[in-house]
Amino acid sequence: MGHDHGHADHSELSEIERRVRALETVLTQKGYIDPAALDVLIDTYQTKIGPRNGARVVARAWVDRAYRDRLLRDATSAIAELGYSGRQGEHMIAVENTPGRHNVVVCTLCSCYPWPVLGLPPVWYKSAPYRSRVVRDPRGVLLEFGVTLPADTEIRVWDSSAEVRYLVIPERPAGTDGLDEEALSALVTRDSMIGTGLARTPAEV
Amino acid sequence: MPYTTHADLGGRPDFGPVVQDAEDSVFHAAWESRVLALSLAMGATGCWNLDMFRAARETLPDYLDLSYYEIWLGGLEDLLVAKGLVTAEELAAGRARHPPKPVSRILSADQVAARLAKGSPTERTPTSPARYRLGQRVVTRATPVDHYTRLPAYLRGRTGIIERILGPHVFADSHAQGLGEDPQWLYTVVFEARELWGTEAAPGHRVSFDAWQPYLEPA
Repeated sequence: MGHDHGHADHSELSEIERRVRALETVLTQKGYIDPAALDVLIDTYQTKIGPRNGARVVARAWVDRAYRDRLLRDATSAIAELGYSGRQGEHMIAVENTPGRHNVVVCTLCSCYPWPVLGLPPVWYKSAPYRSRVVRDPRGVLLEFGVTLPADTEIRVWDSSAEVRYLVIPERPAGTDGLDEEALSALVTRDSMIGTGLARTPAEV
Repeated sequence: MPYTTHADLGGRPDFGPVVQDAEDSVFHAAWESRVLALSLAMGATGCWNLDMFRAARETLPDYLDLSYYEIWLGGLEDLLVAKGLVTAEELAAGRARHPPKPVSRILSADQVAARLAKGSPTERTPTSPARYRLGQRVVTRATPVDHYTRLPAYLRGRTGIIERILGPHVFADSHAQGLGEDPQWLYTVVFEARELWGTEAAPGHRVSFDAWQPYLEPA
């Protein structure tokens, strides 16, 4: 059975739902919040700000050498060129995967994550297993994500401890020479921009 | 009372495998999205800063037993009560019983996009030169502190190399304690995994983090 906001009897609500409803009611009655702003915030992170933004940044970097250079030099500005900026992406650094080097991003202390390009972090990124293990055994964690790297590949783990946020530029897959930017962006997964995945090949899409 | 964080997880054993979730799953229940929005809207009132919110979350005694948005909810409720904006009785009753406390801003729906696009940049204009230079060897503070900090336990007392100078940034430790922005130079410091984990470290594995100058001493 579902529930709606106008329901008079809250007995169907779980304990946590009741607690959140109580909090929202008190804050609204006090006038601290505008309930309409809550709906806009939720819609923004559900439909407007997500990993497709980052995928467009990566695809642009793959096709446009000058853009890629700007992205590596000043990621905040280069990302803003595509219209993405602001909260939890105020200070961006892009790190590029190469045949000899793989980058992985974590926040061991909480859940710092580049919202303007990737949206809100997935549950696993915020979880104790990922945060505790990836700094210590990145290859073991990558294996759980189905990623096996050559033994001589360097692995750099970036622990996002301050307000700098990291975007991984995955390697462009082979066999994609004829693809345009939009088709390329479809190959760029969220996980590939965190470093726990690789970009997909056209055959995998 | 000693400050205790329950969120400092880097390198800790026994948390098991990573359980993945799909790229399109943003919220797992409607209440989670309300908690996110309530947190952002109350953050916008200026009654506290982001570091204070992080401190409120990581000091929840049952942190490790809670889901992510349960942690946010607990941190938000604690801050609201601590700042005198609501009482525990009001939260329990789900009804306001006292007049509101004045707040400096209320986020309206039409301001959301601009506010998110602006964010809260933390870089500040230098007022003194950076103490460390690129390539310099530094050692991180070895002793724990009795307040909020962004120096993880697994990186205490370790020797690394300054890889990037990021400019002066609002110092999280001071900011969380209500001591103002106290901008300090921020650096990316890189460590060989061997320095952190000893012989179990795989060759070619390095870890970096962003360290404010007070976390560092010359090696």
